Parts: sequence; C-alpha cells; structure tokens
Amino acid sequence: MKLSLWTYEGPPHVGAMRVATGMRNMHMVLHAPQGDTYADLLFTMIERRNHRPPVTYTTFQARDLGADTAGLFKDACRAAYERHRPEALLVAASCTAELIQDDPGGLAASMGLPVPVIPLELPSYQRKENFGADEAFYQICKALAKPLPRTAQVSCNILGATALGFRHRDDVAEIRQILERMGIAVNVTAPLDAAPSDIARLGQAHFNVLLYPETGEQAARWLQRSFGQPCIGTVPLGVGATRRFVQEVATLAGAAPILDESRLRQPWWSASVDSTYLTGKRVFIFGDGTHAMAAARVARDEMGFEVVGLGCYNREQARPLRALAREFGLEALISDDYLEVEAAIAELAPELILGTQMERHIGKRLGIPCAVISAPVHVQDFPARYSPQMGIEGANVLFDTWVHPLVMGLEEHLLTMFREDFEFHDAAGPSHHGAKAQPAPSTTAQPSPAEAPQPIAAGIGEAGNIVWLSDAERELKKIPFFVRGKARRNTESFAQNRGLSEISVDTLYEAKAHYAR
Amino acid sequence: MTRGCLDTPVIKERGQHEVFCGLTSIIWLHRKMQDAFFLVVGSRTCAHLLQSAAGVMIFAEPRFGTAILEEKDLAGMADANAELDREVALLLQRRPDIRQLFLVGSCPSEVIKLDLARAAERLSEQFAPHVRVLNFSGSGIETTFTQGEDTCLASMVPALPASDAQQLLLVGALPDVVEDQARALLAQIGIETVHCLPAQRADATPSIGPNTKYALTQPFLGETHAALQRRGARWIEAPTPLGVEGTTLWLMAIADAFGISRAKVEAVIAAPRARAQAAVARVAETLQGKSAFFMPDSQMEPALARFLQRECGMDIVEIGTPYLHAELHRPELALLAAGPRLAEGQDVERQLDRVRAARPDITICGLGLANPLEAEGLTTKWAIELVFTPVHLFEQAADLAGLFARPIRRKQILAQGGPRMEAAE
Repeated sequence: MKLSLWTYEGPPHVGAMRVATGMRNMHMVLHAPQGDTYADLLFTMIERRNHRPPVTYTTFQARDLGADTAGLFKDACRAAYERHRPEALLVAASCTAELIQDDPGGLAASMGLPVPVIPLELPSYQRKENFGADEAFYQICKALAKPLPRTAQVSCNILGATALGFRHRDDVAEIRQILERMGIAVNVTAPLDAAPSDIARLGQAHFNVLLYPETGEQAARWLQRSFGQPCIGTVPLGVGATRRFVQEVATLAGAAPILDESRLRQPWWSASVDSTYLTGKRVFIFGDGTHAMAAARVARDEMGFEVVGLGCYNREQARPLRALAREFGLEALISDDYLEVEAAIAELAPELILGTQMERHIGKRLGIPCAVISAPVHVQDFPARYSPQMGIEGANVLFDTWVHPLVMGLEEHLLTMFREDFEFHDAAGPSHHGAKAQPAPSTTAQPSPAEAPQPIAAGIGEAGNIVWLSDAERELKKIPFFVRGKARRNTESFAQNRGLSEISVDTLYEAKAHYAR
Repeated sequence: MTRGCLDTPVIKERGQHEVFCGLTSIIWLHRKMQDAFFLVVGSRTCAHLLQSAAGVMIFAEPRFGTAILEEKDLAGMADANAELDREVALLLQRRPDIRQLFLVGSCPSEVIKLDLARAAERLSEQFAPHVRVLNFSGSGIETTFTQGEDTCLASMVPALPASDAQQLLLVGALPDVVEDQARALLAQIGIETVHCLPAQRADATPSIGPNTKYALTQPFLGETHAALQRRGARWIEAPTPLGVEGTTLWLMAIADAFGISRAKVEAVIAAPRARAQAAVARVAETLQGKSAFFMPDSQMEPALARFLQRECGMDIVEIGTPYLHAELHRPELALLAAGPRLAEGQDVERQLDRVRAARPDITICGLGLANPLEAEGLTTKWAIELVFTPVHLFEQAADLAGLFARPIRRKQILAQGGPRMEAAE
C-alpha cells in the first residue's frame, strides 16, 4: 500500500484506451465497474475529442458480483460488435475486474466474433498507464501485422503516437514533413490515426521511426525482430537531435540528409543578445524519460541553462536517464511520488522548472516559474494552434515556451537596481504576464510566498547549523527572488566549505565573488 | 392534488452506465469539511479518477489521497491492515490539523473484502480523542456519484452526540454562501437552533435526538435519511430547495413542522422571492418553450426538471436518474406535470438513440458525452456543474436557470458570428 496524492500516470487500462482511441475502426470492451467511465472525459474534455472513445464498459455493480459477470461481459461484447462493427476488438479488464478473474480474453475468443479479438493482460496492481499503451500497441501489432514485401519507394512507419499524447498530433505532422522532404514515404502512422487494416500493412515499410519510446518501444522491437525493420533511435526533440535524426534516417535509407531550416529561428533567438540573461539559469527538469532527457540536452546545449536537477517518473526509462544525469554531474531522481519531487525542487531552489502539470503546481506553490515539457498535462496544453515539440518548428516552440515564464532580461536588471519600488518589485511577477501588481509587502509584514519556503536560519543538508546574521539576511532579501535561491545556496555551501557557522554580509559577498562567472 | 408524474411508468435500464462513482463526492466534501481527510483505499484508477474529475488538479496538497493497493497486498504477502495502519499514522503525523479521517471504500477494497469498518474502529481507538476515524463506501459497485456524499453523511450519523433539544438539522453539503443564506432566512422565520450536517469543523458537529427535525437540502441523501430516522429524528418532507417554488415550499414545510404561521414565512420571504422571480423570468426568456433531456448523473434530475418545467417554461423530454428514491423523490414527481419519460439506471447507447431521435434543445449529461453530442449539433450542459455551483435558495435561482440558458445563448451567439465574419471578408 502506498499513499498517493497526485499520480503521474493512470492505470494501465487508460494507456490501452489511449491506443484504441487514437486508432480508427478499433473498438475496446473493458470489463469494469460503474464509475470507470470517468476515463472518457480525459479524451472528450482534456483533449477536446469530438467523439466518445471507442470503448464499451460492462459497468458491473455489487448485485452482479454474486450473479453472472461473465455473461454480462459477453453481452457487452456482442452488443458492442453489433453496434460499432469494428475491424478488430480489444478486450481487457480494469483493476476491479482483474480481481474477479472472469478472463475476458477467453470469453471473447469463445464467442466466434467475425473479427480479430485481441486480449490484453494489464496487471493493474503492478504497472501503469505507459505500460498499458505500450503493451496494447504491441499486442495489436502482433495480432494484425503480416510479413509483406517492402514498398518500391523507400518508406517508414511513424510509431508511438496515441490519443491524449502531449503534442503527438503536431509532432507527427512535423516529422512527416521532414521525412517526405527527404523523399521517404510514410507508410503507416500508428497507433494514432491507424485502422487495424493499416496495422496489417506495417511490414511494408523499410524502417521505423519511434517518436515515443514510452508507448511504442515493444512494438518497434517486435517489428525489428519479426520483419527485420530497423528503428531510428534518436527522438528529434531540439535542433541538435533533429539534425542527428535526419543524419540517422539518411544513413539508414540511403538518402541525402536534407533538412529545410529556412523556418528554424531557435538558434538565432538563443544567440541574440537579448537572450544573454538566460546564461546559467538554473533549471530543474522532470517528466517522462524521453522528454526529460531531451529537455536536459536542449537546456544545456541550446539554451545555455544550467541543469541542476533531472528526473523521470517512469521507471522503464530509469537506466538511460541515470546515465545522462551522470554525464551532467547529477544524481537522477526516479520517482512517481509527487511529494518527493516537490521536496527536491524546494531543496534545489531552481530559477525555472521544466516539468509536467504536477510541477506546474509545485512551481505555483514555491513561487518558481514552470514550463510544461511532458505528460501528464492539462487542457491548456492541448492548444488550438500548431505547436509541435519535435523537429524544426518544435525547436522554435521549445524556446518560446521555456522563456515565457521568466522575467525578461532588462526587466531583471531594473528589478535588481530599484528594489524598493512599490509597484515594480520582484514579488509582482514578470510584467508581460499581465497579473495585477500587488503593492510591495512592507518589511514588517508576513514573508511573501516566494520567500516563505526559505527559513533563513535553516541552512542546507548537514550544514543545518549555519546561521544568517540579520544584516546578511537583509542583504539577501535585496537580491531578486529569481536568483535569491541560488545566492542563498551558494553562500551556504561556501560557508560550509570554509567551516563557518555564521553568515555575515561579507560572507555573502565573498561567496558571490567566489562563484562569479 | 394532482398526481403529476407519480404514475408515470419508469423505464428501468441495465447496460453501460456513463456515470461517476461515489468517490467523486470527495471533491466537494473535502472542501466543505475543513479538518477532514478522505483516504481512499483503492487502486491507481481511484487516484486517477479523483484527479481527473477534479479537472484542474488545483490543490498542491489536497485533503484527500489514495492508499493504492499493490500486488503484495492482494497476494496476502503483506497484511493489508498493518499497511493501512502505517499509512494512516504517517498521514496523521504530517497533517496534525486533521480531526476527522474517513477511510473510503472502493471497488477493489470491497471485492477483496477489506474490512474498513473494523479498521476505522481500531484506528479511532488509537488516535482518539484528537482524531475520529470513520468509514464509508464510495465504490462504483455500490454508489453513483452523489451517493458518495450520502454514504459519507450516513457514516457520521451514528457518532453524533445525543440531544433532546428542539432543533432543526439541515442535511447536505451546501456551499458556504448558501448555508449562510439558509441560516439567515430560518432565523428571520423564528427558528432558533439550526445545525448543519456536515459541519465545517469537527468541533461544530451537530447533536441529534427525538426532538430534532431535519430537512434535506439534496434529494440524494437516502441512506442518511434512514440513519437519521434510526436516531429518532423526524423528517420534514419537502421538495429540494431549488428554484423559487422549491425554496418556498421547503421553507413552508419547515415552518409548519415548527408551528410557525405561513403568514410569518410570507412576510420574511416576500422580498427575496420577488427579486428571485424577476431574475428567473429574465433568464427564462431564453429557455421558454425549449426542450430538455436529462441523462442520469446526480439524482437531482427530478428536482431540476421540476424547476425547468414549472418556472422556466421548458418541455422536459426525459428525466434519467441513477436511482429513483420512492420517498425522497415523491415531492418532486408530484409537482412535475405529466409528460416527461422517467428512466432509472442506464443503457447509454440506447439512451443516446433516444436523445438523437428527440433532438432536444438542451441535453444535460456527463463530461464524457457533452463534446461528442455538441459535435453532433446538439446543445449540452455538463451535469457536474450543477453539483459544483451554488444553486439552492432564492438568491441562486436565477444562477441555476443561467446554467441552462448559457449554452443555448452561446450557440446563438456563435451561429450569428459565422455569417457576420463572412460578410467582413
């Protein structure tokens, strides 16, 4: 038993629903109690889909448990087939149905339905949403994909995109453009937008492009094993990764590495002098493994940030993420415990968080700006506009999205120079966000939320006995809030390394000189 | 007296239910009871439901959580009770402000027959007197949506202290603003002692006894109703205080029960009733003559349909409700003019066929169905908002009408906007 307040991933059957809902002419029958239909609203409300997910729930109740839940399941299967006439049927059990052990797969197989029936084993008490999606897609491929001769023109499949995926719709469009520009045809995109009959054609492609290892890795490996289709391993998130992706595709396809960079603005936006203030900004990165690792590289190599924390919630990606963290000189945080992530962020006091919807809330609580880079996301992260994360336009989007929450360059300087201004002060937040400026808190008032989580006498780690003298404490407060955390940490480490027990104004400035870059 | 819809045959359906389970009630209960924590003992699905239904994931650390069952709890490798005790101890250590802890049963905990009643007793002894531990079921196999509030309140009734005082108990988790209005109106009418269940804080917990009379503020409190009667309290039968008429009849029934004259009530409510009528009439211009179809959701459907039919001039096609309580829904059905179909339970596909055949001007339905129906050209109102918004009593009557009028007005605005934009080009 484990207490959870917010979860990063839903249960595995929700992952399977993301696959089914992304597809066309697929239907899923889920053996589940009343109430599990809440999952429909993820798709109709958060993603704003205009159709119900193609899922029939048996919705058994307590009074059915003593009776014939297996019969209920078969009735639901039959009715679902008659009404929806899908090309194939997925059958699965949610967490409660798993406990009553009706064997939906066996029941459905015995019914003689005229379409392929694909049973899914989704261990709800061990695994989570990404596993459910990955497993469902793999089982669908295994059941439906047939060995076929390769297409005459070089072609590939784009794998991994699902319904409710973070920017999957636009990523697929962006990557398709890049591939087609290189003269490579896209054979099938799956699961998103594929029908079961398209899955049957996967084997025609010369190779696979796996955009989301979280939801497509098993399928990609199976296709490699069964049909000898190699898989592109680079996920094209960021300029560097997009260029490497194109190289890799070119080598594999024997094509020229053509990449249209005429609309690529991110490198110049990053190089332009206005962006100088981004240098060394301390960022904390957390999300699914793929997005977190890519964000870390972009943050360091393309934005000039300093990555101070890196982690992911999906254990499946722990190994590569740990390796990357080591390369960055960091210890990876692998956890799906929201409170643990919050504690890590509070401790590191970064100037920017790149995270998920959860970190957005942590940021709000701690007064740290946050940009969202990974699922889980909320309705505002499904924008109406074209807004990919991958490829050329994706790189532009990353720049805009990450810089937006920050106080901008000259504003930052003015805040530093005129800290006593009653309406233009650091607690008012970045002026381009349009929030109403609150009058500056008077010195005797309660600390502002940005200051609240920083008990001044606490100190860090084992150095908990370092005391800030009141002059130094006042001086620290003159430093704008978005760098105050860094200044505080640096000063305390400096004091600790020198064996000091007190921090004076001099210690503060000695530390500042010591860490100057 | 006419029999209204009391003799209307009820369509009873068994198929896919597109409804929330009772756990969803925790979303508003945990805001209402400020020193309570709701610990669901369930699966990852329960946790995911709570954060998805909350929609916005607004609270950095909410006063609810899920003790997620793991493989080892099911396989008997871990003693589930020992695990639960450990999680509760950790939780109460971190949240010393918590005075009431609810262990909330879920589908998995009920299927594996985890005895949360005994666990609550055991933990109550351990943490008394600072924390009282209770348990109720919010599972989908036992409860639908608002029934979670019902089972929660019902679990509190046996623990209420006894009292012989002449008093009124208002039952149902009302928004604070509505509760204050109710107290003010009742005080003016001359009812001195008014308590609320649930109270905002544990130390305001009401007492109960044979001289307690109670009025329900929601129609879905069947189990609580039964539990209160077991404690000897007397029910004041009345419609739900929704709309001008509902509020008037509700207050009149309470006054009757306390021997207060109707003239006195008339004098007190004259002004608020008049302004509420005027406000509802303005909003009802949009609704007049339009048709409405209720999919089952909260058990509030008969009361809402009565308001729309009798005060807003709407034509009700079908009233779907998860459960029709013979006693509690009786006052509403008696008021409703015959005509609407009544449906209990659900087969969502068949019901959607009936929606498509009727093409109502507005369909009141859950979040999973609203956008798909809009995409078919129908206008919808998400039912959940009717539970999350202050809608009771006179001052909110027009707001209640507004919840139905807004989607219709919006559709009209957007329909006009289309041609105008073309003309500009």
